[in-house]
Amino acid sequence: MRHIISILMENESGALSRVSGLFSARGYNIESLTVAPTEDASLSRMTIVTRGSDVVIDQITKQLNKLVDIVKLADITEGRHIERELMLIKLRAADKDQRAEVKRLTDIFRGRIIDVSESSYIIELTGSGDKLDAFIAAIDPTAIVETVRSGSTGIARGENSLQIT
Amino acid sequence: MQLSGAEIIVQFLKDEGVEYVFGYPGGAVLHIYDALFQQEAVRHILVRHEQGATHAADGYARSTGKPGVVLVTSGPGATNAVTGIATAYMDSIPMVVLTGQVSTTSIGSDAFQEVDAVGITRPCVKHNFLVKNAHDLAATLKKAFYIATTGRPGPVVVDIPKNITDPKIKIPYLYPASVSLRSYQPSPQGDPGQIKRALELVLAAKQPMIYTGGGVVWSHASKELTDFTRRLGYPITNTLMGLGSYPATDKQFIGMLGMHGTYEANMAMHECDVLLAVGARFDDRVTGDTKLFCPHAKIIHIDIDPASISKTVRVDVPIVGDVKHVLIDMITLLQDNKRKPDATALAAWWKQIDAWRGKDCLRYDRASKLIKPQAVIEKLYEITQGEAYITSDVGQHQMWAAQFYKFNQPLRWINSGGLGTMGFGLPAALGVQLAHPKATVACVTGEASIQMCIQELSTAMQYSLPVKVINLNNRYMGMVRQWQEFFYESRYSHSYMEALPDFVKLAESYGHVGMRIDKPGEVEAALKEAFALKNRLVFLDFITDQKENVYPMIAAGKAHNEMHLSSERELA
Repeated sequence: MRHIISILMENESGALSRVSGLFSARGYNIESLTVAPTEDASLSRMTIVTRGSDVVIDQITKQLNKLVDIVKLADITEGRHIERELMLIKLRAADKDQRAEVKRLTDIFRGRIIDVSESSYIIELTGSGDKLDAFIAAIDPTAIVETVRSGSTGIARGENSLQIT
Repeated sequence: MQLSGAEIIVQFLKDEGVEYVFGYPGGAVLHIYDALFQQEAVRHILVRHEQGATHAADGYARSTGKPGVVLVTSGPGATNAVTGIATAYMDSIPMVVLTGQVSTTSIGSDAFQEVDAVGITRPCVKHNFLVKNAHDLAATLKKAFYIATTGRPGPVVVDIPKNITDPKIKIPYLYPASVSLRSYQPSPQGDPGQIKRALELVLAAKQPMIYTGGGVVWSHASKELTDFTRRLGYPITNTLMGLGSYPATDKQFIGMLGMHGTYEANMAMHECDVLLAVGARFDDRVTGDTKLFCPHAKIIHIDIDPASISKTVRVDVPIVGDVKHVLIDMITLLQDNKRKPDATALAAWWKQIDAWRGKDCLRYDRASKLIKPQAVIEKLYEITQGEAYITSDVGQHQMWAAQFYKFNQPLRWINSGGLGTMGFGLPAALGVQLAHPKATVACVTGEASIQMCIQELSTAMQYSLPVKVINLNNRYMGMVRQWQEFFYESRYSHSYMEALPDFVKLAESYGHVGMRIDKPGEVEAALKEAFALKNRLVFLDFITDQKENVYPMIAAGKAHNEMHLSSERELA
C-alpha cells in the first residue's frame, strides 16, 4: 500500500539525514521526500511517500517517532486528504503542430505554459502523482526534453491537522 | 560564572555528578584536557585505545545504572569509539560520548584528523549533536544526559569543535538544572485499560510463561518483577540481557531462554498459552523462527519503546510504558482482584516443566581429564559465592558464564548481547571495578576475545584495578569452531588461534600476576589463590577442552522445540 507520511520536525541541520538514514538503514522504501520550513521557522514539514505492508508502515511510523528531532507525524492516507505535486516539464515545440498539440494537452490537464522559446515550451502542472504520470503518458516521449517533479506533498481535509498543540 | 568552553564542559560534568570520564587525549580536545587537569572533582581514566574507553564507560553504566561518560579526540579518536558506541546502542546503555572536532572554520575542508563524527555515529546513537556555538554547550550537554538516561536509554554523542573550547574566550555559565524537549517526551505510565486486559489474560492462563529482558534491569524493577512473579507462582525465564533481574536460584526460575537457553525454558515457551514479555525485544537469538514462536500463546508485551512492540513478533496486548510503573500497577490490580490463578492447571504445568528439567540439559562430562570450561564457571560461582560482578567477552565462554553463573541480583552480569562485541569484557571490567572498588570483579573471556582489547591491562595497572581475568583458553575461536563443526563439516576455516602469546608472561610484563592452569584438579585451588590476592589483577589462563561445545543449542532460524541437547543426545 502507498502511504503519505507527514512529519513536523525540528528545523535543525542533520534532521533530514536522520530520516533518510533511517529509511536506508532499515530497508524501507522512499518513493518521494519533500521538506521545507513552516510558518514557524523552528519547524520543518516533511512529506514522505512510501510503500509497505501494514506491519512495515507501522514500524516506519514508530521508528520515525523515535527520532529525537521529530515532533509529530501522521499518516494522512489514513483519512481524507489532498495530495499535490508540482511538475515542470520542458517539451520540444518547434513547429506549429507541435505547439498546438502541447497547448491543447496543457489546457486539458489544467497546466500553464510558463516559458516559451523558439524551440520549446515549459509547462507547469500540479496535481496528484497519478495526474502528472498521466500527462507524461499523453505526451510524445521524444518531445520531452527534461522533467522536474517536487515529490508529493499532502494535507488532511477538514478539521484534522498536524500541528503542535 | 565566566568560563571558557573547555571549563564549561568540565564544570558541567561536575555539576551533573559525573565521577569518571574515560578517555584519551588528542589535538582537538587539548583545551578540555587542560581544564580537566586543573580540577579534581571529575576523575579522568586514561585508557590505551578509545574502544576501551567506551567499553569501560559502558561497564560503569551497566553496573551502576548511571550514565558512562567518554572523552575522545576527533578523527581516529571518534572512529575508534564507534564499536563501543554501537555496543551500548544495541543493549540500550546510557552513555554520553564527547568527541573533539576540528574548528568550525575548518569543518568540511578535510582538515587533519577531521571526520564527520555526527554522520558516522548517526545510525548507532540514540541522538547526537554538533555544538556550533559555545553559548549552546551547557544546554546541549544537559540534553545529551537527559536523552541518554530517560525512556529507552542509549548513547548520545556530542561533537565539539576545538574553537568552541577556546580558553581565551570566556562566557557566562549557569548549570541548566532541567531540560524540556517538545520532540522527546517519554511517558512511563502504561495504559490502565491495557494493563487490566493483560492481567485478566495472565490470570486466565493454564500454561503461563513470563519472559523478561534487559528492560527490567534498566527500569530497576527487579523487586517488582520478583514480587509479581512470586505472587502468581508462574515459571519465569530471562534473556541474556535480563539475567539477575529475577533470582536465578529461585525455584520458579527455569533458566535463560533462546539459542543456548535451557531445555525447560525453551519448551515452556513453545507450549505456553499466555506469554508475558517484560522489557524484552523478541531478538532473533531468543525467538528462532518467528513463525513458530510460541505457537499456542496469547502474547502480552510491556516495553518503554513503542517501536519494539510487534516488530518481529505480533503481540495481542501491547503496553507501552516503563516496566517498573506497569508492574507496580499490575501488582496493585492483582491484590484487588478476586480471581486467582488456576491452581490445578498450574500444578499440571509445573509437573510438565519439572519433567523437562529432569533432562538436565546443562549436563557435561565431570570426569574428563581435560578442564571443562563449564566446571571453571561453576567453581567461579562457588568461590565468589555468587556475589561477583561478571563481565564477559563474546563467544562460547559468554554462553557458559550465562548458563553456569547463577545471578541473583541485577546489574551484576555485564556482557555485549546485541552487538556481540569481542574485546568488551576486560575494559568493561575496569569500569565496573572503578564503580565498585571493594567488589569482586571477574572477566570471563577466551584467548581470542581477550586479545582484542588486551592493551587495557596497562590501564588496570595504572589505576590498580584488581580484576580477575578468567581466560578459557581452548586455542580456538570456540563459537566459530562450533558452527564450523556443525554447519561446515568441520572445516575449521581460520578459527584456530596460532602463535598465541604466553599469557602468564604477558600479564607479568604488564605488572600483574599470571597463572596457567591445565589440570582439572588445579582449578579450584587456582581460583582461591587468585581471589585471595585482593589488590592484584590476576590473569588465570585455563587450558580447556578444545572440543567442548555449548549445549543446548537451537540452530539459527529453528523453533524452540528443535533443540540439540548434546552430540550424543540429539533432538529433544
